[in-house]
Amino acid sequence: MPTNSTDTDESDRKVVPDYSHAQPSIVLEHVSKWFNKRTTHSFKEAVINWVRRQSVRSQQFQALNDVSFTIREGECVAVMGLNGSGKSTTLKLVSGVMLPDEGRVRTRGRVAGLIEVGAGFHPDLTGRENVFLNAAILGMSEKETKERFDQIVEFSEIGEFIDQAVKHYSSGMFMRLAFSVAIHVELDVLLVDEVLGVGDAPFRAKCNAKLMEMSARGVTMMIVSHSASQVRELCSRGIVIRKGKVVFDGHIDDALDALGGK
Amino acid sequence: MSVTTTILDKTAFDTPGQGRGLLDVFRHRYLLKLLIGKATSLRYRNSVLGWIWSYARPTVQFLMYWLVMGQLLGQHRTVLYFPIYLFSGLVVVNFFNEAIGNTTRSIVDNKALVRKIYLPRELFPIAALVSAFVNFLPQFAVLIIVCLFNGWIPTFEALGAFLAGIAVVAPFVLGLGLIFGALNVRFRDAQNVIEIIRTIATWMSPIMYTWQSVYKHSHGWHRILFDIYMSNPVTVGVELFHKAFWDPIVPPNEPQAQWPPHFGMYALAGVVGTILIIMLGQMVFRRLERTFAQDL
Repeated sequence: MPTNSTDTDESDRKVVPDYSHAQPSIVLEHVSKWFNKRTTHSFKEAVINWVRRQSVRSQQFQALNDVSFTIREGECVAVMGLNGSGKSTTLKLVSGVMLPDEGRVRTRGRVAGLIEVGAGFHPDLTGRENVFLNAAILGMSEKETKERFDQIVEFSEIGEFIDQAVKHYSSGMFMRLAFSVAIHVELDVLLVDEVLGVGDAPFRAKCNAKLMEMSARGVTMMIVSHSASQVRELCSRGIVIRKGKVVFDGHIDDALDALGGK
Repeated sequence: MSVTTTILDKTAFDTPGQGRGLLDVFRHRYLLKLLIGKATSLRYRNSVLGWIWSYARPTVQFLMYWLVMGQLLGQHRTVLYFPIYLFSGLVVVNFFNEAIGNTTRSIVDNKALVRKIYLPRELFPIAALVSAFVNFLPQFAVLIIVCLFNGWIPTFEALGAFLAGIAVVAPFVLGLGLIFGALNVRFRDAQNVIEIIRTIATWMSPIMYTWQSVYKHSHGWHRILFDIYMSNPVTVGVELFHKAFWDPIVPPNEPQAQWPPHFGMYALAGVVGTILIIMLGQMVFRRLERTFAQDL
């Protein structure tokens, strides 16, 4: 697919490095995914629908249709599209939460994601206990967690509240701590899903800076976001998905045009 | 952009979401430890009496059975040391009942994680099983104390029978838990099936009566029913516990304390059944696991 076009003003165009010789980190080959739309939820409903001659069997809904792309080491790619276009499904396939019905997904190195922010947090556990539990869930060892514990707490700006039960945290504090754990995991590929609305403006800026730093260190990133400015700041390439199909894959500026224009 | 031609080394790649089932859990020992710790430390959080409940519930349950079965229905007179007979069998079934409930609910209870992060999902039933075992320990401690007061002396034989009992019941319940835990994701009916299994487990093992009372009703072809009854891994576990804790207290050469005939065969059948259930459980679990994230 074309990676340069003349749509945007050349002086305004983001300069992106060339990754075409780097090793692939995420490979999707002809991936399709269907979901079942169940029309009945119990035996009783099934009988009633059958009597009324309505459909009893579940219907299939195609969420992804022959999606193929390769993300190379060190690249930062935005996956964009409207709600329900299949972005999050794509991310879930890469993280392994869901399996493709057709095609293949392959990843290289340690994959972890900010999709999971706070998923493993238990309200009754203290901040400290939650940090250890979640770091382990995201694949860190006890030793790694101990080494990074102070950094995690410092980044989250939680301070002395770390030994309080998480249910007493404000929602901002909760998200900050969860985000901080996720971002301190040693990884090669980071998946980010819509979580960058975390906290207040200063903390958001700090998170973006941290993501930029990780990207500069060579961490491969796949970001799902609706925020054009943020995506443009972080990413070099954009993939636009519409109704489960990849409709554009190329330079981030062109991808944003493709998303907004057509 | 051509995708397929650019892959250089396929061995360096992982296929996300593809685990090796129960074996993968061993690689996540540290996480398993934390999950078990979480379950045990959360168990009585926000409760005033806390761990006292772990002693109170089985004590009341024991007193009720002892009163009704022992005193009112007269088991006290037919079974020697009936309270110890009762309690040593009851702890096995309590462990079984708690473990099967925990493991069945484990996937649905952890839905936030299952939907968002890939982990070997077998971690959750196993953590649930171990936390049921931890909760069984207070009852077990009470049993030991009561036995010691009645002149029970720990022997290697008793220890062996105890460990063998756990070694049969725990994998059996894990196998069932894998099946029902996986089914429970899509069909919450599983939780109701579990209630029925619990009732069956409580009454279809020689806890409140002895195996002899089943045996004497099995004539002719009914003997097969007795064989099936005895081959139940829970029954095997209960009998092993009787051997470990009740048998040494009973006077020697007491006919009541004898092993059931062909107990070796029944134990073997129970072990084979357990292995089959574990394998079936792993198969069903892996099959249904594919759609966990969609169905939760």
